[in-house]
Formats: sequence, C-alpha cells, structure tokens
Amino acid sequence: MRHRKYPFIVGFLIIPVVLYVVLVIWPYLQTFGYSLTDWSGASQTMHFIGLRNYTQLFGDSVFRTALLHNMLLLLVLPVVTILLALFFAFMLNVGGRGGTGGVQGVRGAGFYKVVFFFPQVLSVAILSVLFQAVYRTDQGGLLNGVLVKLGVESADHPWQWLADPNFTLWCVMGVLVWSGVGFYLVLFSAAMQSIPRDIYEAALLDGAKRTQTFFTITLPLLWETVQTAWVYLAIAAMDAFALVSTMTPGAYYGGGPNYHSEVMSTYLMRNFITFGKAGYACAMGVVIFFITLILSVVSLRVTRRERIEY
Amino acid sequence: MGSATEYNRRDIFKRAAALTVMAAAGGPLLAACAASGSSSSNNGGSAPTTGSADNPFGVKSSDPLDVVIFDGGYGDDYAKAIEGIYKQDYSGANITHLATQEISGKLQPRFNAGNPPDIIDDSGAQQMKIDVLQKAGQLTDLTVLLNAPYRDDPSKKISDVLLPGTVEQGTIDGKMYSLNYVYTVYGLWYSNKLFTEKGWTPPKTWDDFISLGATIKQSGIAPFCHQGKYPYYANYLILDLIAKQGGTDLVTRIDALDPTAWDDPAVLAGVSAFFEIMQKDYLLPGTNGMTHTESQTAWCQGKAAFIPCGSWLENEMIKITPPDFDMAFLPVPSLAGDKLPQIAVRAGAGEPFIVPAKARNQAGGLEFMRIMLTKEASGKFAASANSLTVLKDGIDPSVQLKPGTKSSAAAVTAAGSNTFNFTYPDLQTAFDLALQNATNELVNSRMTPQQWVAAAKAATAKKV
Repeated sequence: MRHRKYPFIVGFLIIPVVLYVVLVIWPYLQTFGYSLTDWSGASQTMHFIGLRNYTQLFGDSVFRTALLHNMLLLLVLPVVTILLALFFAFMLNVGGRGGTGGVQGVRGAGFYKVVFFFPQVLSVAILSVLFQAVYRTDQGGLLNGVLVKLGVESADHPWQWLADPNFTLWCVMGVLVWSGVGFYLVLFSAAMQSIPRDIYEAALLDGAKRTQTFFTITLPLLWETVQTAWVYLAIAAMDAFALVSTMTPGAYYGGGPNYHSEVMSTYLMRNFITFGKAGYACAMGVVIFFITLILSVVSLRVTRRERIEY
Repeated sequence: MGSATEYNRRDIFKRAAALTVMAAAGGPLLAACAASGSSSSNNGGSAPTTGSADNPFGVKSSDPLDVVIFDGGYGDDYAKAIEGIYKQDYSGANITHLATQEISGKLQPRFNAGNPPDIIDDSGAQQMKIDVLQKAGQLTDLTVLLNAPYRDDPSKKISDVLLPGTVEQGTIDGKMYSLNYVYTVYGLWYSNKLFTEKGWTPPKTWDDFISLGATIKQSGIAPFCHQGKYPYYANYLILDLIAKQGGTDLVTRIDALDPTAWDDPAVLAGVSAFFEIMQKDYLLPGTNGMTHTESQTAWCQGKAAFIPCGSWLENEMIKITPPDFDMAFLPVPSLAGDKLPQIAVRAGAGEPFIVPAKARNQAGGLEFMRIMLTKEASGKFAASANSLTVLKDGIDPSVQLKPGTKSSAAAVTAAGSNTFNFTYPDLQTAFDLALQNATNELVNSRMTPQQWVAAAKAATAKKV
C-alpha cells in the first residue's frame, strides 16, 4: 500500500492549507493591495494611488515616533524579560543548595512557580484595569499611595506615571515584563528539567559556584529555547497594542500624552477606524509586517549556534 | 455632542474589554482590513421623496427594517418603544434590532459590503466618524426629513419642531447628514449642599471664580478637577471661555478650521484665564491623569468643588452621588469684555442617528427618525435615559426632574437665544484630537497659553 501514502497525506493537508490560504494569506495579499489605494474603510470606493501612502508614511513624524518607541520596546522588552525569567528559572530549578547535596531549586520553588506564572493567567483587559489602579495619579493609586505614605513625594503633587511623558512608555513596559516573565520562566524551567542532572552534579563536585554553573552549563544548553523566546518577545514588542490603547491617555487608542507612548499599532488603528484612512493604515500594516518578518529572520540567524548534544 | 463625548463616558472596563477583543484578533488586524469585495452601485445619497402626507417617504409596509442602536448610557429601551410605534403603522415590517457597543466592528464590514442597516445610532467608543462616512458617500442627506410633516401636528414640518442648533450639529458642507437626538448643556457643576454649608456663592465672573478658588483651597478642598485622561472635558471650559469672549462669530470660524480665528485676542484671553487655575495650583492632585469616572467620583465625594461636564453627568454618576448632594449647574463664568452674556451656555444636540445612503429600506430609516421626533417617543426617551431630546417642548411638564437636570434646564431657559455650540468635535476629528493633545500639555503646565494657541492654529491644517 506504499503508493497510497501521498493521497492519504494530501487528503489530510488539503483542508488546513486551503483554510490557511483563504483566511491568512489572502487577507495579507489584500492588505498589500489596499495599501496602494486611498480606501477610506467606509465604502468600497477607492482609487489606485501607487506608492503615495508609503512616501507619506516615511514623512509622517508621528509614525516615526511610533516606530522609535517600538524599537525601544524591542531593545528593552526581550532582554529584561529573558534575563529575569532565566534568573528565576535557574533559582527555582537548580539554584538551591541542599544540605545533602544534589541539584534542586530554592526552598518553596513549587510555590514560587505558581506565583510567577499567575500573571500569565490574567487576560490583557484585567492587566490593564489592574495596572491603571496601580499607576493611578492621585493618592488612590497603589504606587502613589505608598510613596506618599513613605514621604517620598508630596501629596499635593503626586507623580503622574502614565500621564507623564517621561514615564508613560516605561510604565507600559513594566506591565509587559511583569506579565511576560512568568511564561518564559515556565518555558525555561521545562527546558532546564531536560538537562541531565549528572552534569550539574559533576560541576558541583568540581566546586562550581552558582554563577559558574549558570553560564557554563544552563545557558548554553538552553540556547535554543532562549532563541525562541527572543523571537516571540520581539514580535510582542512590535505590537503592544492592547496595553497602550487602554492604559495610556489620549483619545482613540491612547498613545498619549502627546504621542509619547504611541506605537505603530495604535497609530494604525487610529488611522484605520477613526480617521477613515484605511489605505494609509494598510500601508502601515505592510511596513509592520516586513519589520517583524525581518526581525524574526535576523534574530534567528544572528543567534544561531552549534547545537550541543547531550 | 454625544458622539465624541460618548467615547469616554462609557464604562472603562467595557472599553478595555472591547479593545482586548480587537487585540486578541492581533495580527489578523490585517485580515480585518480586508473587506469582502462585493460592491453595489452608489445611489448618490438622495432619499426617496414620493409619498403621502401620512407616509411622506413612501415606506412599504412589507419592507423589513434593520435597526442598530448604540447600547450605552441611554440603553435601548427607548428604541424598542419606537420600533413598537413603527410596527403599529407598518405591521408587515419585520424589524431586526441590534443593540451593541461595537459599532465599528459590526458596521464597518457591512458598509464596505454595501449592505448597511437602515438606521443607526452611531455613538460610543467605536463610533464610525460622521465626517469619514460622509466623505465616503455613505450617508443620506436628511433634508427630506426636515421637510417632512411632523407626526403630532402635520401642519408643521420636522424642521419647525427641532431645538435650535440641531440641524447645524449634523451639517457638513451645507447638508444635514445626522440627526443628533439628545439635547445636552455644557458647563461647570458643583454641589449646592457643599456651597450652602460653606457659605460660598457660585461665581458669575472669572475673577470671582479665581478669588473663590483661594477660599475653597483654604478649606482643604481642591477648587477644580477635570477628567484629565480625556482632555476634551477641559476643552469644554477653555473653548466656552473663548466663545463667550469672542462671540458666536468666532465659534463659527473655529468650527470652519479658519486658522486666522486663533489670532483673535479672545482666544488668548480665554485660555490664559483658564491657565490661572494651573498657576494658582487649584487642581485636585492627580486629576490630570485620572479617568472621567475617577475624577467625577472624587468630585462627588467632595474632594473638589467644580468640574466641567455635559448634562449627562447626573445620570452617569447617579449611583455614586450622595442623596443630598444637590447637584447644580453653573454657566461658565464671564471675563471682562465678553461678547456673550454671563448666562450664555454651550448647548446642543448630541448622539447622532444616521440613515446610510445604501440602506435597503431608506424610507423606513427616515420614518424611524420621524417617529423619534414625536412627543410619545421623546417622552419615553426622557423617562428611560433621564435626558432631554431635541424635540421642542418634548417633555411633559409633569415629569419630575432630578436637581442637576432641573438646574441645567433652568440655565437653558435663562439663556434663551444665547446658546452656542461647537461642531468640530463631531466633524473635525483630526483637529479635535490635536487640540486635546495640546490641552493635555496645558493642564500639566508643559505648555504656555501662547504655545497652546500656536498648537491649535497649526492643527487647523489637519483634516481627515
């Protein structure tokens, strides 16, 4: 029955492939098409205007600001999240020093794992509401309430957090990191558990310290997982739509004060839905698509290393 | 001006949730852009005119009617009542009723497919902007409605029974495209109980406002708070100061995005007066970053004396307001040399209803509007939404009004013909947004009044 193998496989693949083409590939292609028009998003009337949307886009200072903010997110978010997640995962799995030797996590590791993973369980809507309460600008806010009680800031002029142009983007980043670390902790934990214990035990017998075991054993053996995490976080950094649009000030998808927390996705939505510049918004979508694609490819290439067999 | 206003006075939780749904659709944002390709011929936005006196638009009893209502602060009970009246006259009509907060999400694909509903209450956070729809040729010119007979008294036309400003509020390039149904008054609000207790007199002039502010501040209460996260509330006060100083002529020029309007000395005078609040440190701590709910709650708790808002405030805060709060309305205090009297108020129509140009049952949509403008429907709306409609004498005098509504209704009566209104928040979205951004900088003292004026002038170049 060997010759029947291919029809059998094709039979299984045809439906998902068709669905993927119709629901994913085709809309992408349509977006490329729309980006060359002056479509308003409110009717089917549109005119072909060539690359005018793209030329306009690169002269748009708000879009450039948004792009810079995404780049800043791209620099900060993956590094901070991965470092924190790696550190915690290491401490929870192999960072402990039991009295009787052996490899184990710090005391209460199981409990911490649940606690750290908890933010991952919350939906973005809840995160947003939760952190708006934390960042609230009067004394009712968790941060300001504590800081005022501690006498760090005056009750008459509490810090503005999300409403402060210098803080706003960092506040959003804080939430992104807070909510992301748990997931990558679990991911790295799983990878760490597959590292044979005897490697650690050998290292311990040779008198290796925690930092040494981390850098010489854990990190190299975890490299592929870190690479995956990196790509995921880079894509998340190109988005950040939900939190920016709900938490930051500014009418129609946030991004304020005065564009200081604008990211490409919020600017895209404002143009698409609010301003009725759907063609222009599609051009942004195409730019975001290519940036994300290039970033993923580049980061996978740059971080490629020789696979360590064990 | 419901539309833009609704944007933020709806529940923030719902807003966050709705946005998350969109975010969950994440990458597929692109997919959402991709509309279905079908298109039908544009019938040019002109409405049917054939019909009798009873049925001016020639509604066919058998035609189904497709109604979409924004399910916000006013609910949708009133719409169901109107549908009931419609059904009495056109018994064969099968009415589809959709009450939703996701106006854009539900309707954008339908507009693109050339298959829009017959009548839409286009409000809320996801409102489809009227200027955008009009530019895309998607709206029916409502002139036929204005010329149609008034149902309660066919000797009158609809245009005769609308409150002043209603037509203007929905007019783009000389034609009316939206019927703004709710009559809103804007100004400052305070607790009459608090003021009586402390022996404070509500100020008539801006100088009195500033000097009273010093007294209020000494008593440990912040003189002023505003809905900082959404700076358009502060704009009510700023632009009203400007309008009173410069007169209705200036209002028209500002709405028309005339850049020279901003060179008028009245503009700088108004915004500088407002800026005194910041200079004297009269703001409730933290108010610049608070949402409308947070700041209005703080105000209800007596942490601040004055707040700028429209007359939906009372209904919106009804659950939080203490029973003896005795909410009261204050027209924006006047500056020396004002062209409009102190009693003048910003008042006008909000909550836009539209009939799409490509609606299957365009006549039915127009008839729905005509039914909305009857005493019966208007009374039902007032009863369920605690707000006035644009129908002249639309409310039965026996209706018991709450203190805030009573006070704002009295202010409208006192103002008489001295009312004005801005249309730019509805009809000049990009400019409005830029002005809000500038005001946000102003209330944080990161901008001077002069810089604010310059920013506003620059923003006149922004068109959607």
